[in-house]
Amino acid sequence: MTRVAVLQFPGSNSDFDSLHALRDVMGFDARYVFYREASLNDFDAVVLPGGFSYGDYLRPGAIASRSNAGEALRKFRGPILGICNGFQILTELGLLPGALTRNRHCRFECRNVRLRVEAEGVFTGGLTGRELTLPIAHADGRYHADSATLEQLEGQNRIAFRYIASETPGMPTMVNGNPNGSAQNIAGIYSEDRRVLGLMPHPERATEAALGMSDGKLLFESLASHLDGKGVSK
Amino acid sequence: MNAENQDVSVEVAESMGLNAEEFARACDALGRTPNYAEVGVIGVMWSEHCSYKSSRLHLARLPSEGPRVVQGPGENAGAVDIGDGYCAVFKMESHNHPSFIEPFQGAATGVGGILRDVFTMGARPIAILNSLRFGAPEHERTPELLRGVVSGIAHYGNCIGVPTVGGEAQFDSSYNGNILVNAFALGIAKTDELFYGVASGVGNSILYVGAKTGRDGIHGATMASAQFEEDEGQRQLPTVQVGDPFMEKLLLEACLEIFAADCLEGVQDMGAAGLTSSSVEMAARAKTGVEIDLDCIPRRAKALTPYEMLLSESQERMLMVAKPGREEEVIAICEKWGLDVAVIGKVTESGRFVCKATAGYDPLEPGESLPDAQTVVDLPLDLLAEEAPKYERPQAEARAPKLAPAIEASQNLEDEILALVGSPNIGSRQWIWRQYDHIVRSGTVAGPGQADAAIVRAFCGEGPEALLKWLALSVDCNGRFVQLDPYIGAAMAVSECARNIAMVGGVPLGLTDCLNFGSPEVPETMWRFARAIDGIRDACLALEVPVVSGNVSLYNETDGKAILPTPTVAVVGQIAHPGHIVRTGFQKEGDVIAHLGAPSFGHLGGSEWQNLKLDGVFGPAPTLDLSQERTLQSLVRGLAQAKLLSSAHDLSDGGLAVGLAESAIAGDIGAQVKLPGGALIAAPLLFGEEPSRAIISFAPQHQELVASRAAAAGVPFDVLGKVGGANLEISKVSIPLSELQIRHRDALSAVAPENL
Repeated sequence: MTRVAVLQFPGSNSDFDSLHALRDVMGFDARYVFYREASLNDFDAVVLPGGFSYGDYLRPGAIASRSNAGEALRKFRGPILGICNGFQILTELGLLPGALTRNRHCRFECRNVRLRVEAEGVFTGGLTGRELTLPIAHADGRYHADSATLEQLEGQNRIAFRYIASETPGMPTMVNGNPNGSAQNIAGIYSEDRRVLGLMPHPERATEAALGMSDGKLLFESLASHLDGKGVSK
Repeated sequence: MNAENQDVSVEVAESMGLNAEEFARACDALGRTPNYAEVGVIGVMWSEHCSYKSSRLHLARLPSEGPRVVQGPGENAGAVDIGDGYCAVFKMESHNHPSFIEPFQGAATGVGGILRDVFTMGARPIAILNSLRFGAPEHERTPELLRGVVSGIAHYGNCIGVPTVGGEAQFDSSYNGNILVNAFALGIAKTDELFYGVASGVGNSILYVGAKTGRDGIHGATMASAQFEEDEGQRQLPTVQVGDPFMEKLLLEACLEIFAADCLEGVQDMGAAGLTSSSVEMAARAKTGVEIDLDCIPRRAKALTPYEMLLSESQERMLMVAKPGREEEVIAICEKWGLDVAVIGKVTESGRFVCKATAGYDPLEPGESLPDAQTVVDLPLDLLAEEAPKYERPQAEARAPKLAPAIEASQNLEDEILALVGSPNIGSRQWIWRQYDHIVRSGTVAGPGQADAAIVRAFCGEGPEALLKWLALSVDCNGRFVQLDPYIGAAMAVSECARNIAMVGGVPLGLTDCLNFGSPEVPETMWRFARAIDGIRDACLALEVPVVSGNVSLYNETDGKAILPTPTVAVVGQIAHPGHIVRTGFQKEGDVIAHLGAPSFGHLGGSEWQNLKLDGVFGPAPTLDLSQERTLQSLVRGLAQAKLLSSAHDLSDGGLAVGLAESAIAGDIGAQVKLPGGALIAAPLLFGEEPSRAIISFAPQHQELVASRAAAAGVPFDVLGKVGGANLEISKVSIPLSELQIRHRDALSAVAPENL
């Protein structure tokens, strides 16, 4: 069974969403790992859930990246998924390039967005070109990187998700479907080895028809078949 | 603070909120003049905020019993049974005065406070609602207050990770100088594992857990019990607390872990009036006594005096009474979460509130003096709690409302409908709720704007075997109707909330209220308050919704001008099966649209359309028949449970025209209808706001069954037309759906720009 750690920082708050999606919906052997325990050896994959890891009064994810969990994440060799605050932590750790800055309109934004999958990787196997609807819920999701980094991400085909234009009846239309002003409409990126993914939208909150959305399941199914294919665990 | 060494004069007592008569009464009861700190303690405990001195007599009339009630009023929050050993714990509370002074922190700490009230009971919070009132959209402070309040709520709720799943916001010039911020929170607990605010077990240790004490919020409860004078807001800044949602998250997780370890006799949050009210109330409930050593209080400000420590409203603090010998476990869990914790006293059998402190001792200045605590406060608990003043304030019937002059409707009803749909009081609130994380915790089945009530699924238990319970939540009050007739207006608020629960297929379980009024010393205001209580009582009895918790906020006025009386109520209901859930929006082309209830005869008193056209509140109030209301609600609930409905939406603000438009907008599909009974189209029939009505839609094959059920229930049933097309057509009036959607969407754009 796929063993997934949901890494909990004191201010993680989408930890339950992640555990519920992975364990109760996907049927993985998913467990919380409190950041102080920080032993990830027994797991096939790690999910860094959303939230406000340390209140995030400094920069989101800045303090989490300097906790002992940071070291454990650097050493971990399996797939890592950073969702929202998890993505912010991964950039603060340097496992992913760039930074997530305050949304252009300076407000927290919680709504559904349309995305296009633009790169293959552990979490997007066979999904390239696919369009998904996922929710966002963040105040600091505006992806920023210098032009050399952006070119490199583009050149190495590491831009996993881009926001795409969409109309939701009754909701204001966003320029290019971009809810926060992210550079090049970037919603998520891969590490060079396509093992580490960070994204602002919440796939874990979109895995059940009861909640009106299930596109998020695709990412976890991809993870499962990747791990199966490598025979890491059954 | 040299003042603390002075003899306490009447002037000092008045500065702490006691009038001369109350001060004399305190001196008589004690047989001596209380010292400075003691007067501060008496002042907050006898404040309106803590003692409910003007409202207690009236609150006693509210019905608080029912088969599902687990905990009624008097605890930190109420609780109702949701089956299988679990209960829903909820309460609503105001944070009006702080939010007007500093909207961001005022609203944020309002959320923090209500969450603590819920998790203090041992419940994990799973949903937040809020009810907001601002001044006129064009008033100069409205945009700033709206922005501040919404971002403050978002800051706190989003960070701690409890979804804000619904609420309401209204604009009216009566709130120009006194906005309302009412916050509601709901949590889930095992019924046999609820915790109470009791200091029981003589000799047990009292522990302080959470944030360190500072000077913020001193005498906030007294401030919240006085009215504003112009510009006073700025001068009162030091009485506003500053919230830290991350600290509260740590406190929440630590508390739930401590509760699970069963280490405690009782627990209460330090909310209004801080350490004083929490320890006094816990001891009073348990009929014990407490002795507190103020030298042990964790602190972040130097040279705190006993008065300051007792009255500080620093946020994110809890007071716990440990079971014998379990202190170390509590301390270990707090340390895991990085929280300050200290044993600060013990439970006694004295019936007294005793505090000790060493003069001049300050743990932040080590070495200056050694602790040698002397008694600084010694007061009988009865004086502070049971025997606090209780007033039967004089009442005077308010003058009957002015009747409305004739309204000149434009010949173009399309324009009238669009103006109403796009008005700040009726249009979309998405600018507000997009700032709230309304989906965290994966429980939000129907979030803002999707159904007449918010719907959350509660996970009861751990893991894949957790039971799911579907809960429906609604909050409401139309202050204009209460102004016109406080009895009917308050009963209408309860009715509408319960109706919202029925529209989504739920059964109401319990109600919490937040009664916002002006000065109780104004006899007309007191009369309105008393009449509103009677209205709530009768509606609750008729609809079988017990009141399980609540809060009163008086003195909501500036320069003698009171707000619209606003007895906000929130109802929690339960939906037996997710298949019963019905939403607001029309679903399917060809579905039949029908009107349930007596059709409007064009009653415009207190309506939104009248307000828009005449800029004021004019009578008469609508009438309300509670037995018709009850019948309508059980009919719709039954239709939902029989899975006969595609949509259901109650008719309230804006009447039939707005109800139809909202179902079309939410469903993203048009409709073609006529008025009930084939009446000729006219503005009053479109916009009248008589209660006890609903618009439903259903598949054509269900029409006969729906009609016969309505007939059997004795509820008038009128087929209006069909769902479909790209326009909303009401008789000869036709409006493109896209135009309605844009006007609805942009309703707040003048007061709250998007800047996307």
